[in-house]
Amino acid sequence: MSGFALKERYRGFVQQGMVLLVLAALFVFFSLLNPNFLTWSNISSLLLASVVTATQAIGLTFVIATGGIDLTPGMGMLFCMVVLALPMTAWGAPLWVGVLAGILAGAALGTANGVLISYVRMQPMIATLAMMLVCWGFALVLAGSKTLSLRDVAGFKDIAMGEIVPGLYTGVLILVGIAIVAGVLMTKTVVGRYALAIGSNKEAVRISGINVNRWEVLAYTICGVFTGISGIIMAAYLNSVPPNTGQSYEMYAIAAAVIGGTSLRGGRASVFGAVIGAVTIRTIYNGLTILGFEDAWQKVVLGAVILIAVFVDIRRRGGEE
Amino acid sequence: MTVVAGEVLLEARGVSKAFPGVQALADVDFTLRAGQIHAVCGENGAGKSTLMKIIAGLYQMDGGELLLRGQPVRVASPLQARKLGISVIHQEFFLMNHLTVAQNIFIGREPKLPGGILNDDRALNERARLLLDRLGVDIDPRVQVRRLSVAAQQMVEIAKALSYDSRILIMDEPTAALTSGEVEALFRIIRRFAAPDTAVVYISHRMEEIKRLCDQITVLRDGRRVASRPAGELAISEVIQLMVGREIAAGARPEPRAVGEPALEVAGLATPALLHDLSFTLRRGEILGFAGLMGAGRTETARALIGADPKTAGQVRVFGREVDIATPADAVRLGIGYLSEDRKRYGLIMQQSVSANIALPSLGRFARRGLLQDAKMDELASQLCQRLRVKTPGVRQLLRNLSGGNQQKVVLAKWLARDCDILIFDEPTRGIDIGAKQEIYGLLRDLAAQGKSIIMISSELEEILRMSDRIVVMCDGRITGVLDNADATRENIMSLATRFASKQRQET
Repeated sequence: MSGFALKERYRGFVQQGMVLLVLAALFVFFSLLNPNFLTWSNISSLLLASVVTATQAIGLTFVIATGGIDLTPGMGMLFCMVVLALPMTAWGAPLWVGVLAGILAGAALGTANGVLISYVRMQPMIATLAMMLVCWGFALVLAGSKTLSLRDVAGFKDIAMGEIVPGLYTGVLILVGIAIVAGVLMTKTVVGRYALAIGSNKEAVRISGINVNRWEVLAYTICGVFTGISGIIMAAYLNSVPPNTGQSYEMYAIAAAVIGGTSLRGGRASVFGAVIGAVTIRTIYNGLTILGFEDAWQKVVLGAVILIAVFVDIRRRGGEE
Repeated sequence: MTVVAGEVLLEARGVSKAFPGVQALADVDFTLRAGQIHAVCGENGAGKSTLMKIIAGLYQMDGGELLLRGQPVRVASPLQARKLGISVIHQEFFLMNHLTVAQNIFIGREPKLPGGILNDDRALNERARLLLDRLGVDIDPRVQVRRLSVAAQQMVEIAKALSYDSRILIMDEPTAALTSGEVEALFRIIRRFAAPDTAVVYISHRMEEIKRLCDQITVLRDGRRVASRPAGELAISEVIQLMVGREIAAGARPEPRAVGEPALEVAGLATPALLHDLSFTLRRGEILGFAGLMGAGRTETARALIGADPKTAGQVRVFGREVDIATPADAVRLGIGYLSEDRKRYGLIMQQSVSANIALPSLGRFARRGLLQDAKMDELASQLCQRLRVKTPGVRQLLRNLSGGNQQKVVLAKWLARDCDILIFDEPTRGIDIGAKQEIYGLLRDLAAQGKSIIMISSELEEILRMSDRIVVMCDGRITGVLDNADATRENIMSLATRFASKQRQET
């Protein structure tokens, strides 16, 4: 294999290496400025705080791989949280029923998004923007605009806050698990291969005799399932379902995917990158908080980071064409 | 400046232009006189549009010179061409559908009310009205362009050219989308435009129209000017003869071969836009050439056949069994693979590997318990790459790093991996260098000998004659003839390819 081909082959790894390097630099930077940053308890809660965004970003990579976008992770998460909490709070259903309900609600939401975009041919941005409002409204209606408490559901809190491995939150372990599953789905199964192919050249995939619509819907369904999982973790983390949860989460998820090297133009996606992207976002927030910057400035910094990530993506694409 | 009728308006001397791998124009002279309607004829790829693009400032010539009324000029851009009084009316119009006729004509030059900020719509419409009157067409300048017929939109384009005070109007196949009544109206306007001090260059394949409309005919072949004579001195058959040139050597043509049972039978295929009642049969082991001019409907036939575009009628049989092909997925299931003329758009995923591209239509076969087996894909890919002699450093190489010929082979490999028995090649050697061309020809012959059934769409007569066992000739969405290779000549293919239905209507 020529050096050129080698370079091509490892280009993806180089990109992720860069993101990891940036993350490491942030760690060094913040810990030099404040020794409280690099403590196990801080890192551990930083990771826990990344889990929800990371989970949603992982789901989004499948949609963005096809060249689409999904704005429902935030409000869809709230919707799933209400759907999973109600059977347990209203009818006293066991924990597994709640978990299943959350995942199914997410799958249904994702499938609806996919059908609207693929078969009805709506613009992904508009279709999922509308669905975001639908989710938000339904969540408020179902919950009666009240906070649903999960304090009485035995063991639910432990899904996120338990410590099967001492010193490491269970939520973080779950993230590692689903990231591995998603990585295999993306790189080793037909759905990931088709999602990337559709995002690269939909017409060529269609002429190759592949039912593009069906696989596109599946990508959105997968995204919805991860939204559902993020709802389970969020509900466990808060041990309740407050009606004001979820706002702006889709923005963080999209940002995490982009920072991790997933291209919004489709055809290129990284599950591992999405996780690193989410941790990077949380690290910036956490570090700036420890340094005493207020929330408003954190938003400005994060916005700038996203702009840089998109800029890098454009430059990279420019070199390809 | 006043110009006398018959004076030379535009002269091209020794114009040459090369593109990678092809000499598009070689030492071409072209003289356009005031008052002339001057036809430029030639096969696909003869250099007509290259010459026009040089005159219109879209391309820069490698050698030669352009003289406008005796003065040497350099036309560096379309904008400059327009300033020099040269306008082009393309086959596709560049009009903004939601603006009115007047707004389209004067886009970028809108008259302003005093103060220079607000548009003066009354003056705008008035000026447009004057222009349209000069052409003698009855179109309301306040109507949105999208409400006009194709013919009326073309008039708007001509009015726009007139508004720039153009002296030279270049028209590319202007009657392609017109009915015969509209053609007459257009001819009146063209004759009116070609007043004493202006001239029209008329590019068309429609010989009848050329004979009726034009004063002078220039014929190009293989980038050279082979004739330029007054239209009255040239018969249609002579023009066709000049366009196609000499016969190719007999030895280069395929011998009649035994072919098998019908592999693909098409009856009455039609599409909403273009195709009418197409019927043909492809036999096992046969190479069936599809000849015709640009826009004859050959690619559309292939796309309708494989379910990529909707069709309004037509029965298809595959190896004797009646089938319904509604989507490309149906076609692939039946073993029909389509290799598009536009490989990058419809054939390949440039940023993925050779191996991933080859496996794409058959991914399901490479999954075991849901997991894809990359090693197996790579193995099959390297077998096929060896068989088709794809030059690549490895099967993991990204496709965009391969040459055109090798990319074409990868598309072929993809269909062979899917066990397709019927292959539709659309311009298989477009954009491929000469050496790789011969290799592709060899591959096509081998595949046919192995019993694959092949449709080969090509705009190169030479390619059609060298490769096809039989030749289907199309014109304007219809099949105008099917020839055995032994009976086919460049002349009879070209005369079938220019047999427009509207012409027949006028004759009867």
